[in-house]
Amino acid sequence: MTWVGRSLKRFEDAPLLTGRARFMADAAIGARAVRFVRSPIAAGRIARIDIPDGVSAVTGADLIGVKPFRPRLNRSDFTPIEQPILPTDRVRFVGEPVVAVIAETPEAAEDAVDSVAVRFEPTPAVTDFVSALKADAPRVHDHAPANTVVDAKIRPPAVEAAFATAAHTVAIAIRSGRQSAFPLETRGARADYDPATGRTTLTVSTQMPHIVRTGLADVLGMREDDLRVVAPAVGGGFGQKMCPTPEYVVLIWLARRLKGSFAWIEDRHENLMASFHSRDQAHTVKGAFAADGKLLAIDVDLLCNIGAYSCFPVTHGVEPLMAMAEFPGPYDFPAYAARARAITTNTCPMAPYRGVSRPAITLAMERLMDTAAAKLGLDPVAIRRRNLVATFPYTSATGIKYDAGAYREALEIAAEKVDLPGFRARQMAARAEGRYLGIGFATFNERTGYGTPAFAPRMMDVTLGYETVEVAMDPSGFVEARIGASPHGQGLATTLAQIIADELGVAPDTIRVIHGDTDRTPYGWGTFASRGIVIVGGACKIAAAKLAVRLRAVAATLLQTEAGKVELADGRAALAGGPASIPIAELARAAYHQAHQFKDQPDIGLSARATYDPDGTYSNACHVAIVEVDVETGGVRLERFLAVEDAGRLVNPTIVDGQVRGGIVQGIANALFEEILYDQAGNILTTSLMDYAVPTAAEIPPIEIHHLETITDASITGAKGVGEGGAIGAPAAVINAVADAVESLGVAVYEMPIAPQRLRALIRAATGKKR
Amino acid sequence: MTDKIAVTLRVNARDYRIEVEPRRTLADAIRTDCGLTGTHLGCEHGVCGACTVIVDGHAVRSCLMFAVQAEGSHIRTVEGLADGERLSPVQQAFHDHHALQCGFCTPGFLMLATAILEDNPRIGADDLRHALASNLCRCTGYHNIVIAVQAAAEKMR
Ligand code: FES
Ligand code: FES
Repeated sequence: MTWVGRSLKRFEDAPLLTGRARFMADAAIGARAVRFVRSPIAAGRIARIDIPDGVSAVTGADLIGVKPFRPRLNRSDFTPIEQPILPTDRVRFVGEPVVAVIAETPEAAEDAVDSVAVRFEPTPAVTDFVSALKADAPRVHDHAPANTVVDAKIRPPAVEAAFATAAHTVAIAIRSGRQSAFPLETRGARADYDPATGRTTLTVSTQMPHIVRTGLADVLGMREDDLRVVAPAVGGGFGQKMCPTPEYVVLIWLARRLKGSFAWIEDRHENLMASFHSRDQAHTVKGAFAADGKLLAIDVDLLCNIGAYSCFPVTHGVEPLMAMAEFPGPYDFPAYAARARAITTNTCPMAPYRGVSRPAITLAMERLMDTAAAKLGLDPVAIRRRNLVATFPYTSATGIKYDAGAYREALEIAAEKVDLPGFRARQMAARAEGRYLGIGFATFNERTGYGTPAFAPRMMDVTLGYETVEVAMDPSGFVEARIGASPHGQGLATTLAQIIADELGVAPDTIRVIHGDTDRTPYGWGTFASRGIVIVGGACKIAAAKLAVRLRAVAATLLQTEAGKVELADGRAALAGGPASIPIAELARAAYHQAHQFKDQPDIGLSARATYDPDGTYSNACHVAIVEVDVETGGVRLERFLAVEDAGRLVNPTIVDGQVRGGIVQGIANALFEEILYDQAGNILTTSLMDYAVPTAAEIPPIEIHHLETITDASITGAKGVGEGGAIGAPAAVINAVADAVESLGVAVYEMPIAPQRLRALIRAATGKKR
Repeated sequence: MTDKIAVTLRVNARDYRIEVEPRRTLADAIRTDCGLTGTHLGCEHGVCGACTVIVDGHAVRSCLMFAVQAEGSHIRTVEGLADGERLSPVQQAFHDHHALQCGFCTPGFLMLATAILEDNPRIGADDLRHALASNLCRCTGYHNIVIAVQAAAEKMR
């Protein structure tokens, strides 16, 4: 019996269903409460801080010897920027923590925050690209002229030649609004000092405990082993819980200084204002097309608003550099020029969020395809069919190798399932009744499960990528898999157990996955970049296979045969083709407690360790959205959403579907609902759920999924990453559908989110109607 | 603000005698004073529904109610749904249909769905979807939550 490929129900669920799981706020109970006085202005100087008698507080001046965060890429087109833990002179965004206040309870700490008086002297702020790029714009960081902190370029000569001779040139400009990852559980942490050992434990809602420890120990000047980082149950992260932040530094500093326990739990207002944002991008794209619709060249200018500071360890280069490297996507074209800039502004810092730059680059590429199709008189399927990569392995215009996928198959299946000709007839009929239906396609590929070979060209101070796993069987025959990565809802405790179970011939429910504790797990990176099942799963498979070799050797001694003849299955070690067999649990007893029988073995006990560090593997998909636009209100109703996707082998199909649907709904939110807004002075306007519109079940149609399973050797398990794809394709599919719906009115849609008031304004402008 | 008042909260058929400030929300009292941390806080301003509990048969956002207002009421939280180790039909359906990922919204959805179905297990599909739109989930895309609640409804009819 094999376990991979089955929709096993999750081992994670029981404590979550009964209220027994311990999330961050639960772990914080009992510690002294820390809350932060935050900057109410976008830019300015701190003139004076008055802390009333009886209020216990920490300012930047107290944090002697604590270094700022200073994430770095070692490349000449990158300008490093520093983030002070608590600033002493300048503030750079609304919500920046300035003073930490300590009290016995959260309520008392919040009261004390209100009693601290900070006098700020405001200076002019910049919040958007256009003003930030002006030569005389106020500088967010003095050493960064025109607020430009990454300026990367590729411009091979072939691009100009291609544009000079192309039959058609199509130019568009797209805008992607700023979004919050919005995990339902906000951030938070608790630091406990242990006087017996002198060590400090930071319990923190994080996706990457090991790298958080590295980053925090570095700024605090600590030995890493003096700090233990533990992740409790994590209520979603999607990127926002990757990077260490000043609040955690202050908690550890307090715990060590005052030899106690201190906790901070972010509220939703702080989360929307001062946790990381993402996706604030503008792209200007030119495509050169042959007369038959074949794409010949792309020339793109990519602007990313990265906010006031840089995120550790991925840096503020993460959005522009990913956008530049991966812009070509699933299309085959020879010539590519790009300029990618990171612009620093007086807004909340950017960090990766599910898909990072790919929702925006997919929007740009897919709007370009539809715009070109309209110009050339092709339908959206035909132009994609003409341009999708069809032979693998393929090397992209930026030199990235694509392993095999099902790019054209996904498009064809999607087109057939939505019956494009049938839809066009229905659309015409509806239009005659004054109803506006639209269909939108998005085809894309996604680099997933990539290790240090893929991260190395970015020249990071800290190059991410591998994962290490230790798999050990205890004397009672139960298995522990210790992983350095730390899941936050993906179901890895179940899917990794399925992978290990197949190698060891035991049932998955005898395998416990240990994660989220730097004392208990090998150094590793975490859950981000659609990498868990590929890299951690791959490391589990290799480690379990090594352990299986040990089990076979033990069995061979006991069965008096050769290891090569032992099969492990259904909880037993059996002689191939014969009746003799032993329960695997008995092998475990013998290996530990009759070790004298196995003197020929290199080691005592049953454990194995493996690292997996792959180049990466490409998932792909075609998403289709069908919408109806109410042209009177600008409201968009989603009628249907379909995803045909190829994520390689499905380790647990139900969990894969959950990842795909969850991502798609975040993508729909990106396209239609959610946007973080600032005014010109840098005041944030969207700090509650009354202003930041997260969709509910009522806005989301049932989502149909169709799987293709291209297995390649780029992934040792055959699985490709699936965490981000939904969020990458859905925005472009929805915006293309909206654009298709209103195209006959002369309305052009190139921005997201296309909230009702924005769409209504475009319709008004195009139709000349006053209302 | 800091003078405490004694109140007795009846939660999951058990009395908790606690002392709280008048401003303490029901959610904070349940979590901190009663020690029942299964009820979660996602927004503390009445939108996300993570804090949903059942008060006298109605699904209520416990972040929008003061603890002192709940005296004399019968409060039910996620900790009271299962019968020992036996999951309630709604809990079981969430497990069977993969209606949770990170699980942070789950207690709120379980209480919301329990209140909806105890009131009317024959609720129509559209009404159910709209009733479930009371709460936010960031992970699942809602699809499996709706399916799970429909499955539980069939069991509870
Ligand atoms: S925490 Fe009560 S509604 Fe969000
Ligand atoms: S399962 Fe994570 S918020 Fe619903």
